Amino acid sequence: MAGKVKWVTDIEKSVLINNFEKREWVPVTESEDWNFYWMSIQTIRNVFSVDTGYRLSDEQLVNHFPNHYELTRKDLMIKNIKRYRKELEKEGSPLAEKDENGKYVYLDFVPVTFMLPADYNLFVEEFRKNPSSTWIMKPCGKAQGKGIFLINKLSQIKKWSRDSRTSTFVAASSGKEAYVISLYIDNPLLIGGKKFDLRLYVLVTTYRPLKCYMYKLGFCRFCTVKYTPSTSELDNMFVHLTNVAIQKHGDDYNHVHGGKWTVSNLRLYLESTRGKEVTNRLFDQIHWIVVQSLKAVAVNASPSLTSSTANDRILKYSLINDTLNIVTPNGEIPDCRWNRSPPREALGNYQVLYDEEQAQSESAERDLRSRSGQLLGSKGTKGSAGARPAAATWK
Amino acid sequence: MDEGTELSLSIAQIVQRLKGSHLHSQIERQAKDCLHRPEIKLESLKEDVHSYLKTSGWEKKLQNAVYRELQLPPSHPTAPPEHLKEPLAYMRKAQASWEKRILKSLNSMSTELGVPLARQVGVNLSRFRPVYAPKDFLEVLIGLRNPNHDSREEIGARSHWGLIQVPLNVRDIPQLVGIYSLFTNPSLFQTPPRLYLGPVLVVEQDSAAAQQYSRRGCPTGLRADLWALILNSTNQPQDVMHYEQLKAGVIQHDLLVDNLIYKDVKLTASNDDYYFVFEDFLYQVLLCFSRDTGVLEHFKYNSATPPKSYLHGKVGDEDYAVVYPPNGVVPFHGFSMYVAPLCFLYNEPSKLYSVFREMYIRYFFRLHSISSSFSGIVSLCLQFERLLQTHLPQLFYHLRQIGAQPLRIAFKWMVRAFSGYLSTDQLLLLWDRILGYDSLEVVAGTTVLAFSDNLMEVTSLASAEAVLADLSTLKVIPLIQIFLFATAI
Repeated sequence: MAGKVKWVTDIEKSVLINNFEKREWVPVTESEDWNFYWMSIQTIRNVFSVDTGYRLSDEQLVNHFPNHYELTRKDLMIKNIKRYRKELEKEGSPLAEKDENGKYVYLDFVPVTFMLPADYNLFVEEFRKNPSSTWIMKPCGKAQGKGIFLINKLSQIKKWSRDSRTSTFVAASSGKEAYVISLYIDNPLLIGGKKFDLRLYVLVTTYRPLKCYMYKLGFCRFCTVKYTPSTSELDNMFVHLTNVAIQKHGDDYNHVHGGKWTVSNLRLYLESTRGKEVTNRLFDQIHWIVVQSLKAVAVNASPSLTSSTANDRILKYSLINDTLNIVTPNGEIPDCRWNRSPPREALGNYQVLYDEEQAQSESAERDLRSRSGQLLGSKGTKGSAGARPAAATWK
Repeated sequence: MDEGTELSLSIAQIVQRLKGSHLHSQIERQAKDCLHRPEIKLESLKEDVHSYLKTSGWEKKLQNAVYRELQLPPSHPTAPPEHLKEPLAYMRKAQASWEKRILKSLNSMSTELGVPLARQVGVNLSRFRPVYAPKDFLEVLIGLRNPNHDSREEIGARSHWGLIQVPLNVRDIPQLVGIYSLFTNPSLFQTPPRLYLGPVLVVEQDSAAAQQYSRRGCPTGLRADLWALILNSTNQPQDVMHYEQLKAGVIQHDLLVDNLIYKDVKLTASNDDYYFVFEDFLYQVLLCFSRDTGVLEHFKYNSATPPKSYLHGKVGDEDYAVVYPPNGVVPFHGFSMYVAPLCFLYNEPSKLYSVFREMYIRYFFRLHSISSSFSGIVSLCLQFERLLQTHLPQLFYHLRQIGAQPLRIAFKWMVRAFSGYLSTDQLLLLWDRILGYDSLEVVAGTTVLAFSDNLMEVTSLASAEAVLADLSTLKVIPLIQIFLFATAI
């Protein structure tokens, strides 16, 4: 079907609109016949809520899956990961293997976490095992570092205790005031004495089968102040939290580089100081965690489209550009009956993280070969059909 | 003096230098301790001890130490000491007068701010300014003249369009190809045996072999170890202790140059996409560096002389002279960028310090002192101009006509050995070659690469600067290969 893609968005960001305009797509309104709608979270909620009964047609594409909050709300993510691991265990999957201390060998990628106030008593039990430990409290539904704080004494979270009469906490069912509390990792990798985190972009085009792509140009966000695990600095959010929204207001925030490094800088630094093997293993593990998390759960929420520096704007523009190229190949009107695996040339700066369809067909091929009597390697293949990697790669 | 005598004199010198070293006492102790070993027999004592020192790796350490001594400029026993610093009198004079200016600037800053050089009372950083910037230094170099040489007298000599007007011998392309021949044969680069050789060299701890290896570039995972090996920068307990002492000195008393360092880091590294992360490491290393009197040793072969301050009323009396700063090196605008790239390789401060210090006293000092050395900034500038004039004469002519002398744009890149201008991975590949060939000449060659015919369109210095403002996409090695290979035929 010929014709230009008709687009709508309720987010007034130049990185989006410039990308649509350069493809000469046609801007329309929500009530008209649209093909592509880049939605804000609120709109997604409305579109997919049970009451509205909105159904997408075969020629309509949106930028979120209906259950995106399963990954972005911290309590739901924890629930999903815990449930996923238990399921694998029940199935007897080798992925759920545990070591002699009861820790998961391949799936140990979240620290000990509890939901508050629901698991308050379980948390207290754990806390008492290690009374000198530090824990981090994060509100379930907020982002950009809002409302996060550290504690090292039970008294600091009294109001989440279920039997407290002076509790100001709102009922769990509303989900609004719920928190997750995790064991704080106080020996993070430091570079130049500073703590940092990673901002990686992952595109999921389908969940079943799982097809996901990781943008090669992610970045690291550094704290402006040197890290110290000392308890006197627990309240200093500039030391512990890496969100740009917080760091932006620090004295040392720099508007040229925004306290960010590209992932390739990180790679160069790690290879030079730690060696290539260790670095490769690290990135493999990061990719593994992303794939497993996606399998455990559903969608991603909106990445921030606000650009804080010039480099940032360039990155996000390219990101949206490459994203659109993958989901609407050749700029044509979407058709959900398409085979959705784009050829390598069309990926731009994305790399295939996991393609379940391809993995399954390669696995079927191997079965076929083994049945016809040929020798078979038992290792999964890496790269584009990244099925289960061989055990040796992870430890 | 015949060769044999010269050689034995050199050996005597090296032995003399190594005699007081920590390595010497370590080897002595090893030799003593090994006497009780079963394989050491009285009748063949000397050979057995020697053999033991060989197998236990101590001979290799000694070899590396000797190799290091050989890397430093040799002193001729009958030549006066100033000739080791700089053989040409007019160059010595120019350096001395430049130093006077620096000291004057430093002293007047001190007076203006009411801050004595060696003690500080919480001064506002904004009142400090760099003592000098590369462009000030460039003006001095442009004014250099050899009083015994009149270029007008040269008949048939090709006119030189550039700014540097001294008749130094610099290598031209055929000569460069001869020396840097490995560049012209790309197939020699990444042969499989090479990938296995790297780790072996690190295990073997052979400085000389590591240096040869580095000529073709170091793999990222091995670079840190290889460079440390080439520079013979070990991280022994006494090195760590030395560093701790320097750090203690930083805490005890402040220096005016400390503020210059803070200012420089804030102006340069803190705004750099790659190096801002290492701000704290840079302060640490540079503040310690300023206090390291061991650095004064290198002034024997550096044309520069450390600025001296005389105690009140005792000017000229050497007994009352104080070298300022303690290491004799006055930082200029951009100085911290010598350290910054090394932060990508070494995350342990004392190791980082040790490697930087060695890099400085072998190479970097030549980039901001006036000398006739092949690796000196004057030669690099001249070489750059001559190469550009040979290689891209139309472009050079055009730029000259529009008042955009190429050196004016390229000078700052060379003074910093491209730190902060090339992307870090490319910079490290370039510095591999500086270490591998034990020379800064590759810097001059790289500078030529940044100029290309697209500059023919520019019509002013400002627009030329704009075109050349961003070198972060320059891929150094393939370009050098093309340059040497293509121009050699």
